[in-house]
Amino acid sequence: MPALRGRSEFRVFWRTFKRNRLAVCAGIVVGILVALAVLAPVLAPWDPNKPDTRRILAGPSASHWLGTDQLGRDVLARVLYGARISLAVGFISVGIAAVIGIILGSAAGYHGGLADAVIMRLVDLMLVFPRFFLLLAVLAFLQPSIWTIMAVIGVTGWMGVARLVRAEFLTLKEREFVIWSESVGASASRVIFRHILPNAMAPVLVAMTLGIPAAILTESGLSFLGLGVQPPYATWGNILNDGKDSIEIAWWMTVYPGLAILVTVLSYNLLGEGIRDALDPRLRQAVSRFARPQR
Amino acid sequence: MRRASPRAVRLLLLASLALAGCGIDVEGRSDEPVAGAGAPAHGDTFIQSSISDIAGLIPNITSDSASHEVGGLVYDGLVRTDRNLDWTGQLAESWTFSRDCMTLTFKLRQNVRWHDGQPFTAADVLFTYQTMIHPKTPTAYKDDFLVVKDAEVLDPYTFRVTYSRPHARALQSWGLNMLPKHLLERYVADGKLKESPQNSQPIGTGPYRFREWKSGEKIVLVANPDYYEGRPYIGRIVYRIIPSQGTIFLELKARGVDLASLTALQYVRQTEYPAFRKAYRKYRYPSSGYTYFGFNLKDPRFADRRVRQAFAHAINKQELIDGVVLGMARDATGPLRPGTWAYTNRVKRYEYDPEKARALLAEAGWKDRDGDGLVEDKEGRPFTFTIRTNQGNEERKKVAEIIQQRLKEVGVGVEIQILEWSSFLKEFIKKKRFEAIVMGWGVGTDPDQYVVWHSSQNGPDQLNHISYANPEVDALLEAGRSSCAQPDRVRYYHRLQEVMAEDLPVIFLYFRDALPVVASRVRGVEPAPAGIFYNFTEWFVPRELQRYTSG
Amino acid sequence: MALFALRRFLLAIPLLIGITFVSFLVIHLAPGEPVEVQTGDLSVQSTAQARQALRELYGLDKPFHVQYWKWLTRVVQLDFGRSFQPDGRPVLTKIGERLPITLLLNAVEMLLIMAVAVPIGVLSATRQYSLFDKVTTIFVFVGFATPDFWLALLLMILFGVQLGWLPISGLRSLNSEYLAFWPQQWDFISHLILPVVVATFGGLAGFSRYMRQSMLEVVRQDYIQTARAKGLPEQIVIGKHALRNALLPVVTILGLSLPGLIGGSVIVESIFAIPGMGQLMVQAVFSRDYPLIMGNLVIVAGLTLVANLCADLAYGIVDPRIRMAARRRRR
Repeated sequence: MPALRGRSEFRVFWRTFKRNRLAVCAGIVVGILVALAVLAPVLAPWDPNKPDTRRILAGPSASHWLGTDQLGRDVLARVLYGARISLAVGFISVGIAAVIGIILGSAAGYHGGLADAVIMRLVDLMLVFPRFFLLLAVLAFLQPSIWTIMAVIGVTGWMGVARLVRAEFLTLKEREFVIWSESVGASASRVIFRHILPNAMAPVLVAMTLGIPAAILTESGLSFLGLGVQPPYATWGNILNDGKDSIEIAWWMTVYPGLAILVTVLSYNLLGEGIRDALDPRLRQAVSRFARPQR
Repeated sequence: MRRASPRAVRLLLLASLALAGCGIDVEGRSDEPVAGAGAPAHGDTFIQSSISDIAGLIPNITSDSASHEVGGLVYDGLVRTDRNLDWTGQLAESWTFSRDCMTLTFKLRQNVRWHDGQPFTAADVLFTYQTMIHPKTPTAYKDDFLVVKDAEVLDPYTFRVTYSRPHARALQSWGLNMLPKHLLERYVADGKLKESPQNSQPIGTGPYRFREWKSGEKIVLVANPDYYEGRPYIGRIVYRIIPSQGTIFLELKARGVDLASLTALQYVRQTEYPAFRKAYRKYRYPSSGYTYFGFNLKDPRFADRRVRQAFAHAINKQELIDGVVLGMARDATGPLRPGTWAYTNRVKRYEYDPEKARALLAEAGWKDRDGDGLVEDKEGRPFTFTIRTNQGNEERKKVAEIIQQRLKEVGVGVEIQILEWSSFLKEFIKKKRFEAIVMGWGVGTDPDQYVVWHSSQNGPDQLNHISYANPEVDALLEAGRSSCAQPDRVRYYHRLQEVMAEDLPVIFLYFRDALPVVASRVRGVEPAPAGIFYNFTEWFVPRELQRYTSG
Repeated sequence: MALFALRRFLLAIPLLIGITFVSFLVIHLAPGEPVEVQTGDLSVQSTAQARQALRELYGLDKPFHVQYWKWLTRVVQLDFGRSFQPDGRPVLTKIGERLPITLLLNAVEMLLIMAVAVPIGVLSATRQYSLFDKVTTIFVFVGFATPDFWLALLLMILFGVQLGWLPISGLRSLNSEYLAFWPQQWDFISHLILPVVVATFGGLAGFSRYMRQSMLEVVRQDYIQTARAKGLPEQIVIGKHALRNALLPVVTILGLSLPGLIGGSVIVESIFAIPGMGQLMVQAVFSRDYPLIMGNLVIVAGLTLVANLCADLAYGIVDPRIRMAARRRRR
């Protein structure tokens, strides 16, 4: 997030953001999701991991609002507990990816030359490796657990952010206000952090918001291959995966976690875009203010 | 990915279980009127589905079930199993054992030709044997042939093999696919068997000839008109490679395949509607593989027999079978197949009794000393361990999850780890870095399981990875495998099952049922103790019901 | 510009070698061995001697750098060796069987995505917050969030089983060899419709949102105002000036998606029983089929590097700011 200099800047941001109804709704939904995840132990009516073989794949009923799964476990409880893991996977892996990407992308974009060449070759190397193969190799090494999965998704997903940040740096480097501040003698890090990076954040934010649900779906893909979070712990992805062979007779196993993922995807994206839109005009004002002495 | 022994899988197709007298029911229902079934007619195409592509076209050097299934139709062995799971001749007309059980002489059929027209003779048998033991041949099935001391061709249709010691599995091992000497001789010496044309255009003596293999798509076989048992009725077989079970099921519903293996769920819940029952017949019979819950017996916690017995009491096997395979399995009390001649179930059983489980654990020193729900030993260390199993097997995962819950109830904490097959094998199984596992074994017709349970088979590349060592069991295994007098062997193996049920090196869980469905237009499918595939070459489709050309 | 291109090209070669070295290293470090899968791992009938013999046969007992060097020297002569799997066929043959269909599927999917995402993005931007915008937003995110296999199975049930309009799986019908030319082509196309639809639906979100975003930024620029002030019709303003500039970041994203193009999706391929590169690679990894894995990686890496080079060149040519900067630097 760009340095919000002073409360007035924040208020401007907030006012702009508030105008976007859709984004505000999305924000509220995100808040609800997080609350549900945190409160899962309180809200869940059954133990999510306890099998009940008399009620295998039972449909939604009064005792099991969202039905049961292939071992008779309550789907509602599993979706709630699954929210914890799925959201955590989303947040943390994207966070890791973003941090790595921003650091490397800034270094490449700002310094150019050798640093740029080396980092971009590293990006090419990582991009060329089929992601699945990398995931498999690393997970085989480290033994799949929720932490290794988060780390692995993060470490294999920073390339997009790095490229975006670098591209922004390349274009922004030539902008007047940067040249102006450099000529005035501002240090490199000051230039990066106060001027370039905030402008570069917008596309990064979009990447991150699309990244969170993408990470959740990647975990689902890993479950498909048997490398996801270990049983019996539920994630939205592995409930979906367990349900794929019984779609016709047990629609609740795929529909409910699917809906959960859909709602998450929509809200994060709308929220992220709302934040970006609210930041953007403010920055433009700041930019034009800054550039005025030049004219 | 199920890794049943290919030998067992092959037998699954050609045979199934039961010896005379132990009739186990095979269900076969059909809703089509059988009267006026139509005369046997040649023609039509039979479409099968396969989850995985074949690894190659010379099954002697592959180990996946798909290539053995296809290979079983293109190649023949000297013997095969019949509808009652007895041995009957295929390429061999008859055979005799010498009195000391160490020499086996086969009289081969005459007038058998390879698919390219060349005659099949004993020289081919000798060649196949030499190929199997050649150091450059990458095969998994050398073991049985390394015991051979001498093999000779007495005349073009007589083959004699002498063993260095009595080897009970000898006859079974000659169900091996015979390879053509005239085509492969020069490849074997250089170890270039995989690169021979045989691996893309196989020539065998079997009822079907190879037509085409489109990698990842399909394999096509056509009937061999010169087959010595008569030309098979079904004119063409196509294996469609469909890697997803869900898709196979949809193809079944759309009548795009004629044969598929159902999962328990599909069998019980998804195929009971009229249109399906009209188009297909469902069959059910015990398969040759069992699932077990095994322990690393070098771990002092599991070395104590009372702990293993406690676990057995803590698990409700019926619940397990109902939950994991919806009841489509038989309880397993030991490593031998129910219905085979050496099987007995007069052994110790472990009913579901959590109280008894807790008592046994307490006896072994595990009590809940601090009231946290977990049992601890004298030093206060809680009893927790990890169950590992391989990825790609839904059943094993469910088994592990149910065991986890049940053990939790008697105070034992369990984590589950699902690992990719190759690394699972290399890093955990072979290096014996595991505590407990849920795996399975495929069991052949012969009861000899020396390689799995004998204490000498404990090396890193060998199969006794649970490190089981019981002198009485060792002696029984040795005695059983070196005798060829059936009554003696029955005694040994009965005693073996008793001892193992008492000692419980692993907890034997269940033998799951095979659940194939066959298109109803196909006639000649006769459920028998051996299953349904033993007489595949006699299946036919009446002329008026044929759906496809066979060209 | 030409110098730039040449420099990048030359740089790509050591990069390729570097990629192969790292790949070789990684797959050899991964636990598990091809020998296991060969000899039936847990078949009750395999022996230790058999395994050791196999190891020697494949040279797996030699030290790592020896193995790598042997591989590299052969690859330079375009000999990728034979697969370790029991069919033992040449690696190039196995890849050659599957690459075309994967490329075809992915190319069609990419074209379709562009054809749909670009107009959606542009129209959403120009009609920001309208009903159209909101509906398409939800639509593309539904596509993104829906798991591939779920959509695939649903469509297969609807169009394959219940309506019977389209085939369920595979590439061709069994009798396709007997059909006349045009019916044969239609047979092939009809098998591809569902997989392409499923893949496209999932990929729309990324592109259309980027297009929308990019368009929104461009539209706010001064020169757009200038164009409008000049009295140019809105069509030209948007269609010509805005669009061209808005497409630039999209080119970047296109470059990023290229490895995926050649890779292929395992999930879609296995559900639809399409013999593509995704499944080939997964199978190779699970059986530790080193020659096939390496061959695959080299080809994918090579094609990707070439594609990236072209994309970078294109970007450099098309974006005047970068060109200007380069010129300024040279002075």
